[in-house]
Amino acid sequence: MNEYNFAYLDEQTKRMIRRAILKGLAIPGYQVPFASREMPMPYGWGTGGVQVSAATLVPEDRMKVIDQGADDTTNAVSIRKFFERTAGVETTEETGRATLIQTRHRIPQAALTEDQILVYQVPIPEPLRFLEPRETETRKMHALEEYGLMHVKLYEDISQHGAIATAYAYPVKVEGRYVMDPSPIPKFDNPKMEMAAIQLFGAGREQRIYALPPWCEVVSLDFEDHPFEPSKAEHDCDLCGAGESYLDEVIVDDAGGRMFVCSDTDYCRGRRAAGHVGAQGVPFEEGAA
Amino acid sequence: MHTEALTGGFGDAPVDAARAFRGAMNAMARPGRIEDLAGAEPPAPLSVAAGVLVLTLCDAETPVYLAGDHDAPAVREWITFHTGAPFAGPEAAMFALGSWEALGPLEAYPVGTPEYPDRSTTLIVEVPELVADGAVLRGPGIKETARLRLPEVAAFQQNAKAFPLGLDFFFTCGRQVAALPRTTKVEG
Repeated sequence: MNEYNFAYLDEQTKRMIRRAILKGLAIPGYQVPFASREMPMPYGWGTGGVQVSAATLVPEDRMKVIDQGADDTTNAVSIRKFFERTAGVETTEETGRATLIQTRHRIPQAALTEDQILVYQVPIPEPLRFLEPRETETRKMHALEEYGLMHVKLYEDISQHGAIATAYAYPVKVEGRYVMDPSPIPKFDNPKMEMAAIQLFGAGREQRIYALPPWCEVVSLDFEDHPFEPSKAEHDCDLCGAGESYLDEVIVDDAGGRMFVCSDTDYCRGRRAAGHVGAQGVPFEEGAA
Repeated sequence: MHTEALTGGFGDAPVDAARAFRGAMNAMARPGRIEDLAGAEPPAPLSVAAGVLVLTLCDAETPVYLAGDHDAPAVREWITFHTGAPFAGPEAAMFALGSWEALGPLEAYPVGTPEYPDRSTTLIVEVPELVADGAVLRGPGIKETARLRLPEVAAFQQNAKAFPLGLDFFFTCGRQVAALPRTTKVEG
């Protein structure tokens, strides 16, 4: 018996969040306003994702939390501990064993199944916000399906840089209707959003919840002559040798030394455990960091 | 008030509601999929699944419309005691509860506004049977097609045309629930 209500939030708050999630699933890509609560962590640390997870968790869940693909960063560790303590759920670092995955800015490398739920932490849910600061106006733009401004922004990228320079939080159009911010995931992850799992997005400070049902049409905005290209570093993982996974560039000394490693730590560990070794890797040992 | 109104609620509200919501969410995210709900024993003519949905989603902030036979004192007292939800006509309802015949016509319910399409009624339709055949469903949440026997087809086609405005439906029968959001394209 612990001293918290199951999953921390009170029941009325969870009902309010659950109603918002259901409307979000019924109107994919539309941002449903919700009465975000103060959480015992600062804004920007995933308060939206935490509230969505709290309203969605069941005691039987096995939860995984990642921050930029990594299970061992402060944000991921503290959220995992939060739910271990307040919901009593089992946690895991293995993508395949998790039933609910809360993520900050990455989609796991391994394909998710229909028995899994992916919860995104979202800082700025409004894709048009940096183009139009007024909420009354952006709401009207969504209502009228007036997304010309977004295309102008992408066009300006092309005219200045010769290509669409937006590399993360790359805007998508959902089911041919709502333009949606996929949260600051790298655009490499955008094509994975048409998946078997339910995807829920929570923005705590901005008080918005939105959702994608499984197999929902999610199209990254582009132009016929400048098609969308998911990109990653032109390199293989230096630890596990993976050529297809999204990479982080890590500076290893003050003489320009660097290495590229999988951003998804679980994926990388799994490959090394299976015997794959990258250019700077050493053979995998159980329990080694 | 009858004492029956005091019984039949969740035994362990936080956990029962969490499991019930998971079922309801899976149903809404995958139109046509039939899920089981448990944890409530509501008075007749409310089905177990409809009772569980009410306990999971309704509270003092959600006006509820009871249609036809569901507008019975036993049902009203049970909902009032367990959720505190106020009762309202179809024009102000966030949730509506009843048989398909009693709930119509659908024009009476709010479908949301262009700025706030989420401000629309969710209908909980009690049906005599819930089987995965009949109408063909396509749309978000469905990989190719799904099937669900529906009380009629035209009303749901009309509803889908108004997207992003529209109504969302749960169908309940005994302990089972399935859902049909406004995005689903229905073919007879």
